[in-house]
Amino acid sequence: MSPGQVQPEYRQRVLPPRVSTLWWLGKGTYFAFILRELSCVFVAWFVAYLLLLVRAVSQGDASYQEFLAWSATTPILLLNLVSFLFLIFHTVTFFDAAPRAMVMKVGRNRVPGRVVLAGHYAGWAAASAIVCWLLLGA
Amino acid sequence: MADRIKLQVARYRPEREAEATFDEYEVPCPKDWVVLDGLNHVKDRIDGTLAYRWSCRMGVCGSCGMMVNGEPKLTCATFLADYAPGPIRVEPLRNFPVVRDLIVDIGDFMRKLVTVRPWIVREEEKPLSAGEYLQTPEQMDDYKQYSMCINCMLCYAACPVYGLDPLFIGPAAIALAQRYNLDSRDEGAAERHRVLSEHEGIWGCTFVGECTRVCPKHVDPAGAIQRYKLTAAVETVKAFFMPRGA
Amino acid sequence: MTPSHDVVLVGGGGAGLRAAIAIAETNPRLSIAVVSKVYPMRSHTVSAEGGSAGAIGADDSTDEHAYDTISGGDWLCDQDAVEAFVTEAPEELLRLERWGCPWNREADGRIAVRPFGGMKKKRTWFAADKTGFHMLHTLFQTSLKYASVVRYDEWFVTRLLVDDGRVQGVVAIDLQSGKIEAITARSVILCTGGCGKIFPFTTNASIKSGDGMALAYRAGAPLKDMEFLQYHPTGLPFTGILITEAARSEGGYLINKDGYRYLQDYALGTPQKEPVLRTMELGPRDRLSQAFMKELEKGRTIETPYGHVVHLDLRHLGEKKIDAKIPFVRELCRKYQNLDPVKDLIPVRPVLHYMMGGVHTDIDGATPLAGLYAAGEVACVSINGANRLGSNSLTELLVFGARAGKAAAEHASRNLEISQSVLGQARDEHRRIEQELLNKKGSERIADLREEMQKTMEESAGIYRTGASLMKAVDRLRSVQERYANVAIEDRSKAFNTERVSALELSNMLGVAETIVMSALRREESRGAHQRTDFPKRDDKRFLGHSLVHRNPDGSARVEYLPVTITRWPPAERIYGEAAPHGGSNKAPGSSLPS
Repeated sequence: MSPGQVQPEYRQRVLPPRVSTLWWLGKGTYFAFILRELSCVFVAWFVAYLLLLVRAVSQGDASYQEFLAWSATTPILLLNLVSFLFLIFHTVTFFDAAPRAMVMKVGRNRVPGRVVLAGHYAGWAAASAIVCWLLLGA
Repeated sequence: MADRIKLQVARYRPEREAEATFDEYEVPCPKDWVVLDGLNHVKDRIDGTLAYRWSCRMGVCGSCGMMVNGEPKLTCATFLADYAPGPIRVEPLRNFPVVRDLIVDIGDFMRKLVTVRPWIVREEEKPLSAGEYLQTPEQMDDYKQYSMCINCMLCYAACPVYGLDPLFIGPAAIALAQRYNLDSRDEGAAERHRVLSEHEGIWGCTFVGECTRVCPKHVDPAGAIQRYKLTAAVETVKAFFMPRGA
Repeated sequence: MTPSHDVVLVGGGGAGLRAAIAIAETNPRLSIAVVSKVYPMRSHTVSAEGGSAGAIGADDSTDEHAYDTISGGDWLCDQDAVEAFVTEAPEELLRLERWGCPWNREADGRIAVRPFGGMKKKRTWFAADKTGFHMLHTLFQTSLKYASVVRYDEWFVTRLLVDDGRVQGVVAIDLQSGKIEAITARSVILCTGGCGKIFPFTTNASIKSGDGMALAYRAGAPLKDMEFLQYHPTGLPFTGILITEAARSEGGYLINKDGYRYLQDYALGTPQKEPVLRTMELGPRDRLSQAFMKELEKGRTIETPYGHVVHLDLRHLGEKKIDAKIPFVRELCRKYQNLDPVKDLIPVRPVLHYMMGGVHTDIDGATPLAGLYAAGEVACVSINGANRLGSNSLTELLVFGARAGKAAAEHASRNLEISQSVLGQARDEHRRIEQELLNKKGSERIADLREEMQKTMEESAGIYRTGASLMKAVDRLRSVQERYANVAIEDRSKAFNTERVSALELSNMLGVAETIVMSALRREESRGAHQRTDFPKRDDKRFLGHSLVHRNPDGSARVEYLPVTITRWPPAERIYGEAAPHGGSNKAPGSSLPS
């Protein structure tokens, strides 16, 4: 016989668990979780958008100008704005998880979560600064 | 503060009904009474047929977890007065089959727990006469938090992933696997890795984080899982670049 | 098909799980069943806070551990059992270390030990203030790796099957389905723990109803030293939550309704602002409990809905000190009692903590009934004598759990047939439970009977007893027993019928209560935890012996005496001061002292 619990030969009828389709509306944290899952769609959109940009640039100046004009249309602007907000949300929640996933030690002492978190934000700021420098400095 | 409060208690008697119903009871509400005391009052004085589990009434045996107004709680640590003027809805833990009234079947967890091998695994054991394995307080801190789990199942009740995919191994079992993985005396991480790195293992978790929020013992199962994801990812990368344990 | 195993363990707490592992390691071919009315990790071992004793210090010896245990037990311990106990204690604790128990460590990684009330040397191993919890989970999780251990979780044993003078199995209710089934075995080990719920004020969990004692007693095995029940002086009255000695050693005051530190009236010293070792609030446990009773008589206690209390005042210590030194006390009060010791008085009173007596066993856990073994609080070997020393009981369940496991394994390895007639007994039991408890319309509420029993025991067989009070208890218990025949069970369901379980537990408690009263009546002396005001002195001439209570065929109780085994330590005066907690260590930051 295998270890663990013995299965009774017969059981009373149990009430199976049920999850309603709208379970994620029940609680703020569940809703935030669904939003974060949804944010992946917008991450994908930014990747696609970047690829479109690269293609436009590779096809010459006219194509690039056309891409810029298209990007300036209201629907695309709106879409990018929403995407941007979702990406911020995605990043912040991802960073929040980092101190718990990354356990780093200096000598015998664990690096405090705040430091790990600060490191992530510092990295983000540095990356953003480089991008800004490339764009504005050029 | 009102001196009495209403409890709306979920009832399910498999021989009598196909669905859960609610019974309402009015119980005294002194400052030091917890929800469990209210249920005991019902059982002793009003309705002896009400079925629920309890034992220690000091938050360490893990028996009395229930949904209180939709939140998974240890009912021995949930004061009635905090819900005044009421009513308070008391239901069995979510995501588990209900056996009777407030009693759920946790057999699924008990079977999953065995699969993560929650015991010290060693290739070789030194004899007792050689004394203890040294373990500094710092080494103990690495796993201590995860050893505090009382198996109360509140995290499973809070986890929507477990609700949607019953194959998911779940927060407490993974935290307990980590408890042994991070113990300096243990050598079983590789064996546990096979189970934990399956789809129903850590990768099932999408980091809702509710398990950690409801944990009465601050075990932080969500942290344990994310931490193991990182470990597993690093292992995978290592295995790719350095096959056959270079 | 009747399930059949080589060994059945009744109870899955510390002793049961240790026994299960011992059997699996002794003989891997034996099939082991752990039958418990709760999931093993819910067992009451989980609540133990303080620690587990085993001599390992360079300045310590097993002889000193033995002497502390024997003198603390007022010379009623069997000294051969104590010697085996102290010898095997360190290796058992070390074995638990192998299995992963997070024992507190010194900075260099070695096991740390701390002082404990009644122990003259530091020898108490501890895992923060949750020693029992960690030991139980370590044992439970370790037991999972043995394929020969099969668990019957949430099965309630109602009867031992006995034929041909030996125990051959049990009858149990599978609570989930309500099915009643015989489980046969060549050896049965009782590991069901204590019986604190017989009393109204107790630290014991609600599941501690003396089931194993009642099972053994009804099956014909005698119970030993049942008059010895240990009180803890400071428990919360309603919940039974224990406030550790550390609260007092950090400077807490015990005050009566006039705010007066009443201990000064009972030859416990003069009140000082700072705590002084072995005086006032740091006097021995039993003296503190007795002083409470005197205050109660004088009408100087505080009446609450849950009975009379005195107050433990920690307010003058201030938030900083409380949080630094006794955070666990504050956490318990806030989380489970809704009061804050920083600004509120804590209502406390003596609460029943531990049963020294139990099923009579020898040094290997064997009872006089062949095939029946017992270990842990349910058993009485006896190493606890008339008064248990704090931190000996957790070790006891390891040492004697393992010993009982090995002995039961050996017994089960012999080629013993299961008699056909026990299956007939099982059918009778099935009928009895169905008829008595499912199809009966009584009118007595279980809770009323339970409260009457508890009140009787507290008033007549509590901290102080007299011949007259005990005689009264006999009558009152008999009347409760009669009313029990008319008990009301509203729940007709088979699925998880907790009311039926409560009724069976009540029946068990009533049986055990009777044995306590009968044993206490017979012992006309005061020794350890048994205090007779009509016989205030220890009387070695007449009573240096174990009381053994047998059940007569007509159901009445018969008390006999068994000599105490004395090997190297002749009886001497028990010096009260020695049982006082050691104060020095309590000053260590973060150390929460033992309960």
